[in-house]
Amino acid sequence: MISLKMNRLDVKVEDGWTILEAAKFYGLEIPTLCYNEGLSPYGGCRLCLVEVGEGPRAKLVSSCTYPVEEGLVVRTDTRRVIEARKMMIELMLSLAPNSKVIQDLASKFGVKQVRFKIRNEECILCGLCVRMCSEQMDGRAIGFQNRGYKRKISTPFDIRSEECRLCGGCMYICPACQLRCQGPQADTAVCNACLNMDPTCLDHYDDLQCWMYDAGRCGTCIRESPEKSAEKEQTSK
Amino acid sequence: MKATKKIKTIKDLNQTIQSYIQKRKSEKRPVLTVSAGTCGQARGSLKVIASLKKAISKEKLEDKVKIKVTGCHGFCEAEPNIIIQPQDIFYQKVKPKDTSDIASQTIIKNEIIDRLLFSDPISKKTVLKEDDISFYKKQKRILLGDNALIDPTDINDYLSIGGYSSLTKVLSKMAPEEVIEVMKKSGLRGRGGAGFPTGYKWEFTRKAKDTSKYIICNADEGDPGAYMDRSLLEGNPHRVLEGMIIGAYAVGAEEGYIYVRDEYPLAVKHISLAISQAEKMGLLGKKILGTDFNFRIHISKGAGAFVCGEETALIASVEGRVGEPRQRPPFPAMKGLWKKPTNINNVETLANIPLIVEKGADWFSKIGTKGSKGTKIFSLVGKINNTGLVEVPMGITLKEIIFDIGGGIPGEKEFKAVQTGGPSGGCLPKEKLGLPIDYEGLTEAGSIMGSGGMIVLDENTCMVDVAIYFLNFLRDESCGKCLSCREGTQRMWEIVKDISEGKGKEEDIQLLKELAQTTKDASLCGLGQTAANPVLSTLRYFRDEYMAHVRDKTCPAGVCKELITYLIIPDKCTGCLACIKVCPQEAISGELKKVHVLDQEKCIKCGACFEVCQFDAIKIE
Amino acid sequence: MDIQELKVKSFVTKYNKEKKALISILQNIQEEYNYLPQEALRIVSETLNIPLINIIGVATFYRAFSLEPRGKHLVTVCMGTACHVRGGPKILEEFERKLNIQAGETTKDKQFSLEIVACLGCCAIGPVVVVDGDYYAQTTIRKVGSILKKYMKIKKKNESN
Repeated sequence: MISLKMNRLDVKVEDGWTILEAAKFYGLEIPTLCYNEGLSPYGGCRLCLVEVGEGPRAKLVSSCTYPVEEGLVVRTDTRRVIEARKMMIELMLSLAPNSKVIQDLASKFGVKQVRFKIRNEECILCGLCVRMCSEQMDGRAIGFQNRGYKRKISTPFDIRSEECRLCGGCMYICPACQLRCQGPQADTAVCNACLNMDPTCLDHYDDLQCWMYDAGRCGTCIRESPEKSAEKEQTSK
Repeated sequence: MKATKKIKTIKDLNQTIQSYIQKRKSEKRPVLTVSAGTCGQARGSLKVIASLKKAISKEKLEDKVKIKVTGCHGFCEAEPNIIIQPQDIFYQKVKPKDTSDIASQTIIKNEIIDRLLFSDPISKKTVLKEDDISFYKKQKRILLGDNALIDPTDINDYLSIGGYSSLTKVLSKMAPEEVIEVMKKSGLRGRGGAGFPTGYKWEFTRKAKDTSKYIICNADEGDPGAYMDRSLLEGNPHRVLEGMIIGAYAVGAEEGYIYVRDEYPLAVKHISLAISQAEKMGLLGKKILGTDFNFRIHISKGAGAFVCGEETALIASVEGRVGEPRQRPPFPAMKGLWKKPTNINNVETLANIPLIVEKGADWFSKIGTKGSKGTKIFSLVGKINNTGLVEVPMGITLKEIIFDIGGGIPGEKEFKAVQTGGPSGGCLPKEKLGLPIDYEGLTEAGSIMGSGGMIVLDENTCMVDVAIYFLNFLRDESCGKCLSCREGTQRMWEIVKDISEGKGKEEDIQLLKELAQTTKDASLCGLGQTAANPVLSTLRYFRDEYMAHVRDKTCPAGVCKELITYLIIPDKCTGCLACIKVCPQEAISGELKKVHVLDQEKCIKCGACFEVCQFDAIKIE
Repeated sequence: MDIQELKVKSFVTKYNKEKKALISILQNIQEEYNYLPQEALRIVSETLNIPLINIIGVATFYRAFSLEPRGKHLVTVCMGTACHVRGGPKILEEFERKLNIQAGETTKDKQFSLEIVACLGCCAIGPVVVVDGDYYAQTTIRKVGSILKKYMKIKKKNESN
């Protein structure tokens, strides 16, 4: 066990935990965005910043990637943390002003203005989709490209990737994008079209892999469903 | 060069070293040393060498003189230069056509050729010997000095100045822990930028428990305006190798990597050659000099990314991945290359090691200030008379470097600021010229030591433009992972760019400050944490200049294109047509010997006319 | 394009198909073809067993690589700090005007590519321009035309041969 101080509280946690995990365990709230329990921590959005250390050597670190250390002093809501956090939200808003997730963060943390030019790029490069694709969906369809201000998320050569199964996982997890599947009759009906099919992903992975709940579009399951192919064979004969 | 024989014991190596030292001492012929580093070659030193060889053979002097091709001597302004021993004559800016005179007059008749001597920019007097040049006088060249003595492509030449004797001392008499103690006692700190004490760094890796460990030489010299590492690798690669081998012995590494920029082809060539020579001689490989110590070095070439100078990004790049920094801890000393304990040192740091081993920790710690020991190489560039690499003891003042060594600002212009520490550093104004240079002093003043770039700026430099320059560099070189760094540098660039174009508002300055502070605070790695320094330091010392752009919409230095106009002064214009010829927009009209007219509508402010006018008839307003 | 496949595979086998050699392999391909052809990247992906997207990530991260074919002559203008304060940007602009392309682009006739580099470490002799490995020291706006002409001549000579 590791002993550390969190917001003046002496706590003990498992070795190997991150500060964020320790904070969650003790019920201390730290806002996150690019963090997801099912994915590896990334530390890109800088929203989960906390202040560690004391005196002139105190610094801000992303709690989702920083491992707990013996005797570490952590403070989750210092002025420095709050100011940095607000600036991060303001920057995110300037990139994706229409995102409900980011708007909620802004209202919760009192960000009332955006002083930067609005770019409407929608993508804030949090990388959730990239990790979703590779870590949960076992696909390698999308990834980061370029660096610095030219950084983007895309498929190889910006054309449809052969690796993509159109599972929709990337859209499902995106905090900003507008492309999420709304179902065939999104406004009026509860979409359950895909659940009426026999998705092949169930056979392959023993798990439903379709995040789009839009079986007709992807079509992998229909195309490869054993019954369907048997049927096809029959009819062709 | 003769084929190198494998040396099997420490004793044999000591004997070989002694025999080469004797050989050097007994050399009675005059030696002509020609500098041929990258800048020397860019200025035609290879042609000079070829024609010098011809001239020597024409005078039938082949057996009577020795020509030695070396790396950079540091005094780039005077490239290509030839030093003639034993008289120690220093000829500068030598052209191929001068070489026949050197052979016929200086070598045969012992006459000095006045036109090739260096003329001091301040006293205007010519100087005969290298040592008498003001540029060298205040320097302490413990690292760079040897560049002029040795042929970097010949391991035996390095032996002849006592090279690799520190290695034999370490292998025969010192335990790894003792080597580390010496480094700790010497007070040597990392020369790559952050200034972490080398001895302690080694100790962390030494103490890490694992079956295999690595040592990496960081030669990814990315700071624009800094090239000391290139010069050391080109001019004295074996010194760096020796330091690295000693380091490997101390931390317990059996494998090492030199991560070098691909933009330095000559450095790559020389260090690769040095490695293969050292392997042939048995200084690298299995059971080095008959001991139980094994060590191999590989070269890993960078592919053009500034952020790879950061330790964890560098490791990712050596592993063949995208150079994105990661969270520390765990530090590379615990989990580095392939998750094994890894020690990373900069080129200049490693070059210091053999000297400290040879001369002792006390000798080293006597040089410098309380917290910063030894010397530091700076690349003194920009608006300065004596451009070049200067090696000075820590604690020397900026003023001494810029005015005594650098010979001041050319063209009787006013000194404005000096930029140190590369993109992570800051600009220091005139008031800070008395600042003694060490790690802490520079940090306190709002800049950093960095890898040692020192760019002198004169009155014609706009500080807002300098800030834009660095932000533009950083927004491109940021890996882009942290929102704070990627968007922070991009947004700061946008704001400052607006200011330079006269579109700035007063509240922008406040926003800029806030954003700069957050970028510093919230980013993961050193790049982001220091990315705001160029903005913060220019805001701190040159706020008035920002305000002139914002309030009065003027650029006092006459640099920011949107805020200036080029004008022809009728009284001075002689009607020579020169500007008309160069104008890419055909914006200037006029006839021979009649005053020319500049059409502001067409002018794109490229500055071509300003550059060609020999009568100062074009002014910037 | 079988020859290409063999060639690319030879680069991969040269490094024992080690994943860590990815950057070196890409450097070899870049040197051979002057850019990274899509097909070559696919071959590397298959033989090294690295997902294509990760290879693209590396190829677009480092400045030395280009996914577009580069011109016959590579003009590199140094944008180091020392070159900047001595007028580097004006030199770059002149090249852009003369070649009618932006930095990072290639002329339509595929003769010239214009690139910038962060620093060549030759700060004493700035502004520095490198064309096909030849260094040009202390360039001025006026010299730009004559530098380019030299390479246009080479082009004509080669054509007449």
